[in-house]
Formats: sequence, C-alpha cells, structure tokens
Amino acid sequence: MDLLLKNISHSYGDTEVLRDISLDIPAGQIVCIVGPSGCGKSTLLRLIGGLEQPDRGQVLQVGSPPPGCLNPLTFVFQDFALLPWRTAAGNVSLVLEDHHLGKKKMQAIIDDVLKRTRLTEFRTALPRQLSGGMKQRVAIARALAVNPSVMLMDEPLSALDAQTRELLMDDIVDLWTRTPFTAVYVTHNLAEAVRLGHRIVVLSRRPGEICEIVDIDRALNRRALGDADLDAQQKYLWSLMRDQAIAADQELLDV
Amino acid sequence: MSDLRPTRPVPFRGGGFSPERKRGVGLLVFVGLIGFLEFGTRVGFITNLTMPRPTDVFWTLVDLWRSGLLWKHLVPSVTRLIVGAILGASAGIGVGILIGLFSFIRAGLVPLVAAIFPIPKIALLPLFVIWFGIDETSKYALIAFGTFTPTVVATYGAVDNVDRGLIRMGQSFGLSWTSLVRKIVFPGALPGILSGLRVSLAIAIILLVAAEMLGAEYGIGAYILEAGSLYDLERLFAGVTILSILGVSVSVLIGQVERIFLGWR
Ligand SMILES: Nc1ncnc2c1ncn2[C@@H]1O[C@H](COP(=O)(O)OP(=O)(O)OP(=O)(O)O)[C@@H](O)[C@H]1O
Ligand SMILES: [Mg+2]
Repeated sequence: MDLLLKNISHSYGDTEVLRDISLDIPAGQIVCIVGPSGCGKSTLLRLIGGLEQPDRGQVLQVGSPPPGCLNPLTFVFQDFALLPWRTAAGNVSLVLEDHHLGKKKMQAIIDDVLKRTRLTEFRTALPRQLSGGMKQRVAIARALAVNPSVMLMDEPLSALDAQTRELLMDDIVDLWTRTPFTAVYVTHNLAEAVRLGHRIVVLSRRPGEICEIVDIDRALNRRALGDADLDAQQKYLWSLMRDQAIAADQELLDV
Repeated sequence: MSDLRPTRPVPFRGGGFSPERKRGVGLLVFVGLIGFLEFGTRVGFITNLTMPRPTDVFWTLVDLWRSGLLWKHLVPSVTRLIVGAILGASAGIGVGILIGLFSFIRAGLVPLVAAIFPIPKIALLPLFVIWFGIDETSKYALIAFGTFTPTVVATYGAVDNVDRGLIRMGQSFGLSWTSLVRKIVFPGALPGILSGLRVSLAIAIILLVAAEMLGAEYGIGAYILEAGSLYDLERLFAGVTILSILGVSVSVLIGQVERIFLGWR
C-alpha cells in the first residue's frame, strides 16, 4: 500500500504550519522527514495518520493494506506511550484485544513480536522497570503486532541516549532487512535520517514546505557508522537546513 | 607545598518530599495520646468531669460487647454505611467519568454539582424522609447523596488528568470507544478516584451519624446521642471510639485496594 499526500496545507488559528505539501510514500521504503524545530513535522505525521484533518489537501491510500493487517497506519511515539499499569506483553496485547483473534493466535503474535524485538525475557516487566531503549522496543513490538502497512514514527529515538539510539537504529535496520516495512520517520537528527532513510524530505521553517527530497540508494544494512558517502550526504543536508534553522531561531526571538 | 585552603564536605540539601512507609508511627501517636489521658485522669490534673478515663471507656466497650448491644448498634450502622456509600460512590464515579468524557455533560452538570456541593446534606434529611419514608431508605439516600458530590468532583478531575498522549495512542491503534474508556481512561483515573474516595467515605461516616441522631432506634449515632443527652461521657467516648475505628478501617481498606490496583506506580 502506498501513501500519496496531495497539496496538504494546515493552520492552527492564525499560525500557518504546513503549506502545499505533496509527497509520495512508496511501499517498502522508509521516508525520513527532517526540518527545523516547529516546522510542522509532527503535525504532518498526525495528518498522515488520521489523528487530525488537514485544512486543505488530501492523504490518499493507494492500493489495499496487505491481508492480516490490523491497523494500516500505526504510530510509534517519541514518549513511548506505554500504559504504565500493563506489562510489556500486556501493552502489546492491548492493541490486539479488540480484534477477537482468539487466545492462541494472540499469544502467538505477542510471542513473535517480543522475540523480534528481543524482549522475550521481559514480557512480564512493567514499563517503570524497563530502560528507555527497552520501552521504545516494547512500543515497536506493539506497532509490529498489528502488522501495519505504514509505520509513522515521530522522533522515536529522541528520548534516548546516544548509545541506545545507535543500538536501536541497528535493531530497526535488522527488522527492516528481514521484512521490509513502510515507514514515515520524523527526526531532527540528520545522522538518523541518512542511516534509516531511503528518501529524505527536507522541510523549510514554518510554514513547512518541501525544500528538497534526497534519495539514498545504498541498502540499509550496508550503511555503517562513519561512512564517507553518508557523511557527505549528511553535510549536504545540514547545509540545506542550517539557514532554515538559523532563520527559525531568529523568528522565535522576534516574537 | 600542602593545600591550606579550608576543606569541608558539601552540605546535604536533598531528601524529603517523598512519602515513605513508616510502620507503627501512627500507632505510637494513638498510644501516646491515650497514655497521656490515662495518666492525667489517674494523677488528677484532668478531672473525670472533663475527660473520661480511657480504661473506663474500654470497659464500657467491653460491657457493650458482652451485652450484645454492640452488634445491635453496629450492624445497622455498617449496613447503612455500606449501602449508602456504594450507591453514592458508584453513581459519583459514573457521572464523574461521563463529565470527564463528554463536553456537553460537563457543561450541563459541573455548575449543578458546584451548586449542590456546599449544601450541608444533613439539612435535606427531612426532604428525604418525605420522599423515601422514615425508615432505612431515607438514610441510604442521605449517605449516598453526601458521598456522591465529592466523588464526582474527584473523578472528573482524575479523568482530566489522564495522559492525553495515552488516549491518542489508543485512538491511533483503532481501539473501540469502550476499550479506550475501560483500558486507558479508567485505570489512568483510578489513583485520583481512590484518593477522592478517602474523603468521600469519611463524609459518609459523618452523615451516617448525623442521620442516626435525627431518627434511629439503633445505630452508633443513636447510641452517642443517648449517651450525650445523659452526659454519660464514658459511653459517649465509647461511641466515638467505635466511629474512629470505623474510619481507620475504611482508610486501611482503601490502602489495601490501592496496593492491589496501583502496584504499577
Ligand atoms: N494542537 C495545536 N494547536 C495549536 N498549535 C499547534 C498545535 N500543534 C502544533 N502547533 C504549532 O504548530 C507548529 C508546528 O508544530 P509541530 O509540533 O508539528 O512541529 P515539529 O516540527 O514537530 O517541531 P519539533 O521539532 O519541535 O517536534 C508549532 O508552532 C506549534 O506551536
Ligand atoms: Mg515534533
């Protein structure tokens, strides 16, 4: 299933947040969205996921979700959004319970996704007993459990320390390499974008417009840390973003 | 060359502001207070007219128990408390959740709740007697009504405080409305609801006694009223002691419920 964004514009009251965004999100690819703080990345993701409706324009699903898909557009949140009163397994089962799959099937899915995120030993742990990285892995397991066509990830690694982020990026690459999934991945971290993105969309400062789209052809599992090509890409992206970021910063000061 | 500048440890400024479980301190306060009264009445700087001697109160209680009168008073009181409080608290939790969830209901009911909250409910007992008759039902209604308002306020406050991010998450996974309420809103509001219940149930006990004072043959309130009108301080305090024990039991009960359902905190 592909996603197609057609001329999306959105404002909150008098603040125009997004202006005329058109974008194609092809199946099986990770599309990274980068842009200066406050340019409307999270808003765009909420619009794509149907949590809000755009003032103008449309988000279209092209084709139908694969069979066995329980929730086509599935979010992974920056702050994990785990229920603190449920165990790791309980948090995964939360999103399956409404689908009447039967105990056995549900158990099998939970076991499978916890195994894929290397959490099998922590299935009975409560969120407060887990580290930040593990919590985000539970959230990813929960997203995988509904077999989404598109994962919508809003800065999923931003609340984590650099080492954990590195490890979790490897996990995401692993997951994708084994079974390619479609994702829209919002981040302000360019290193993440060049590691995980097949396509990187750079937004301008508010109101967010698409300022450039960069494709990176190299396979995800062949992008190592400190790769010269990727560094060059990252430098290029930074040069695009720096002026926007500086301008955005000035704008806030002017208010 | 040695360093002669003054050296001292960094003063500790942290700590505090986090409730810890301290066993037995509460008990110690009770024992200390009762011991002081006992000592004072025995030595004589507290006269028997101003304060009954704790041991006398204790023997009064024992007599009450032996004569079987204790149960005759306690059973109807506890029944009234349980029935009234369950009715009022469950209605309060239900309405509170509805107020928390629907803006229309909030707009309609919050002013109403604010209007009936400050009414001393005991003033309405005659009204309840006319509506429900002189027997138990009017007492149930009074206690239920008195528990209802504080429970509503605590509950919708608790629902308002549920993390919106969690609700968004539930919606983004396509959870049904009932699942959202049952699995996210209610458990998220439970800590606030339970701490509200502590207050509501204390109010329920106060109303129980008041209702029984105004018209009941048996019940702790009737017992206290009778003792009071005879200036029988031992029996008055025996009744008060029973009430305190009732209050502590309710508090312990809620503590247990919290430990079972809020273990995740
Ligand atoms: N619900 C809302 N109501 C009003 N204004 C909003 C709302 N959500 C976001 N905004 C405003 O819209 C603009 C874009 O916000 P958004 O969160 O999408 O930016 P972002 O690119 O995700 O920023 P960040 O990098 O800080 O996460 C901001 O100026 C923000 O103040
Ligand atoms: Mg954001």
